[in-house]
Amino acid sequence: MVISDSRPERSAVLDARDLGSLLEALQLRGYGPVGPTIVGDAVVLRPIAGVDELPSGVGDAQEPGSYRLAPRDDGRFFGHNLGPSSAKRFLFPPVRSLWTAIRIGPQVRIEANDDPPPKIALIGLRACDLAAIAIQDRVFGREPYVDPHYQAARENALLIAVNCSQAAATCFCASMGTGPRVGGGFDLCLTELLDAGGHRFLVEAGSEKGDQVLADLPTTVATERDRRAARAESDRAQAQIQRRLDTDGLKDVLYRNAEHPYWNTVGERCLACGNCTLVCPTCFCATVEDASDLTGDRTERTRIWDSCFNLEFSYIHGGSVRTSTAARYRQWITHKLGAWIEQFGTSGCVGCGRCIAWCPVGIDITEEAGRLRSEDRAPQPVGR
Amino acid sequence: MHLEDLSRLLSEHPFVHGLEARHVAFLLGCASNVVFQKGDFLFREGGPADKLYLVRYGSVGLQVHFPAKGTHTFNTVGDGEVVGWSWLVEPYVARFDSVALSTVRALALDAKCLRRKCDEDHELGYQMFARIAQVMERRLHAARLQLLDVYG
Amino acid sequence: MASLLEPGVALRPDPMVPRLVTLERTRAETADTFTMELVAPDGVTEFPFLPGQFNMVGALGVGEVPISVSGDPQTPRTIVHTTREVGAVTNALKQLRPGAALTLRGPYGTAWPVEACSGHDVVLIAGGIGLAPLRPVIYEVMRQRARFGRFLVLYGTRSPEDILFAKELSRWRSQFDMELLVTVDRGTEHWRGNVGVVTKLVARAPFEPRETVAMVCGPEVMMRFAVAELRARGVAEPNIHVSLERNMKCGVGLCGHCQLRGEFICRSGPVYSYDRVAPLFEVREL
Repeated sequence: MVISDSRPERSAVLDARDLGSLLEALQLRGYGPVGPTIVGDAVVLRPIAGVDELPSGVGDAQEPGSYRLAPRDDGRFFGHNLGPSSAKRFLFPPVRSLWTAIRIGPQVRIEANDDPPPKIALIGLRACDLAAIAIQDRVFGREPYVDPHYQAARENALLIAVNCSQAAATCFCASMGTGPRVGGGFDLCLTELLDAGGHRFLVEAGSEKGDQVLADLPTTVATERDRRAARAESDRAQAQIQRRLDTDGLKDVLYRNAEHPYWNTVGERCLACGNCTLVCPTCFCATVEDASDLTGDRTERTRIWDSCFNLEFSYIHGGSVRTSTAARYRQWITHKLGAWIEQFGTSGCVGCGRCIAWCPVGIDITEEAGRLRSEDRAPQPVGR
Repeated sequence: MHLEDLSRLLSEHPFVHGLEARHVAFLLGCASNVVFQKGDFLFREGGPADKLYLVRYGSVGLQVHFPAKGTHTFNTVGDGEVVGWSWLVEPYVARFDSVALSTVRALALDAKCLRRKCDEDHELGYQMFARIAQVMERRLHAARLQLLDVYG
Repeated sequence: MASLLEPGVALRPDPMVPRLVTLERTRAETADTFTMELVAPDGVTEFPFLPGQFNMVGALGVGEVPISVSGDPQTPRTIVHTTREVGAVTNALKQLRPGAALTLRGPYGTAWPVEACSGHDVVLIAGGIGLAPLRPVIYEVMRQRARFGRFLVLYGTRSPEDILFAKELSRWRSQFDMELLVTVDRGTEHWRGNVGVVTKLVARAPFEPRETVAMVCGPEVMMRFAVAELRARGVAEPNIHVSLERNMKCGVGLCGHCQLRGEFICRSGPVYSYDRVAPLFEVREL
């Protein structure tokens, strides 16, 4: 252990061979590490026991409707781009029991599920992932009705970010102002460096907790050269970003073109499968289900992820409000890129591109929004 | 009833609001003051549509009778409204029963007299068509809403 | 070594966890509507609410639905809900016997602007079951009748058999200064009242448009046409209030189902002044 008080900006360098010490330090502090690992043919976030589970030497190629792993020869741990899963799965789990009613004789009792979510360390979050968490913080934290499950999960989670060294063809975080370089909102941030200086990580602490973990690691002093190398990694990622979304006045474009015939064109392609809402790191809609045991004495209410693409989503007695797929796609994109701003003071999109890669028919949110803008038939605001 | 009284009643009715004085005077020549007791018919289905009634007070039901199912009222017309537009279009036959649901005070305008005056003065004819068209538009709108079963 | 299951901080109370209430009685109103009276198990706890607010009412093991409170705000020990039997939850609620346990969360949402009506004519326009969320307004206006100008209730239903709270309505009409105009889509042999849709009543109803606050509740299509008639009479859009209905799973702005563009109906509604939601009425399948 070389550094302590002398660390400028609470950063240090960790040799790639010592990455295991990070997991050990987390585990010793009671955090279960959750990191990127290969399941099937994708990199997903899962609880991991050691660095050997990280997708070392694995990259990927992504296009609208396509995600393929590809080997890379440089042995980077974080040489992959975003996979389908995000922190959402851990902070806002797909299924969560809310309460159980128990009948004993004539008496009924309701027991809330107040099991605290486990302490976890989310490793490998990208800048857009952190932006998504900041958005969900707002969604679930509006007083007076906050989601206590989310809040507790959030307080129990350590966020360990990784700066992107490359971008996928589906990435457009630069347009959304969320990346590629990590700005804040992390406990620790790693930048994977691989140059003449060796395979190593620039580790920055962004919180008191992060500081404590950093102090446990066998690091060396971060030099100006390390910092320059880290900036070069982000610059490379930035330069690779090709996709764009023009957000200027986009809410109004979407609102005033709500009855544009183009929606029907998208509606004909969209399968209403809801994949985009599942992989989206900010989509927050949920439904509830009740299940009773055979005796009927015990009934449990469970919260489950829902999607605005489901027909039943908008059901009121008599039928669903949004019967056409076009109306459901319009709802999703108009909410994400427009109404969200009214509701939470921020776009609901962070530019991660997951919805583009994981759409089975390759519908591209940037293309659809751009197309609508190009067909915007309403007069443009004066004085712009 | 004095003619002045009839003239005042006529000009008070919303149907003639905005009509030129000479046209009101024309109409006055076709008008009479009438009272129906509850249960009296204003028109019978299939009978001659020989009057336009400007209802002053009371409620008139437009009805159809189904054998073995009874009488169904599908619309009611009240104060300030009018009953009857079949007088304006051939074959001048009432389509439904119109029955007083309460004591009804109305001005009856004789259809033959009206038609003759409309033929003589197309300006009056236009005014009558415009007013009856508005009545028809409102009735049609209301009927559509009833058909839509909006309370479901 | 610490495990993945190491406990972290404790949870705050969850707004999704209901309390239990006891069904005191159920009364059939019409062929497909019924009124439930609910009390706290201790019989003492009060459930204050504002006219227009709703509760999430649940049948154990079946589910929860949003239902507006139809009772008197001045008797908060009894929670009164009137609803139609239209789905699994309301069917299950209808089957419950007195003494049965139900779940309840609320009250949620915005209220009818009863206070703002002071010194004005008050016009309520209800269609079908839409009279239930407006009944608390009638109680409030009746209690302080002198504070308001003319008070009109325009009410439309499918048939004379579908008229809700019929006895109460006629009692109010005879005891208080309340103009009640009822109309039905289909008159029967013995019906001597108005026939036609409720919107038809607006044109000739005796109120002063510029001094009127109107509250409209019923299916969306009926509200659209009622608002059109009110505007034709000269009632200003900010003085027209409507209650919107959308799917709701949480009632507290978390589940996302009730969104209508930027609005979470459960939080910023269900009661809105018309000027705020007018653009949303114009788009289909929003």
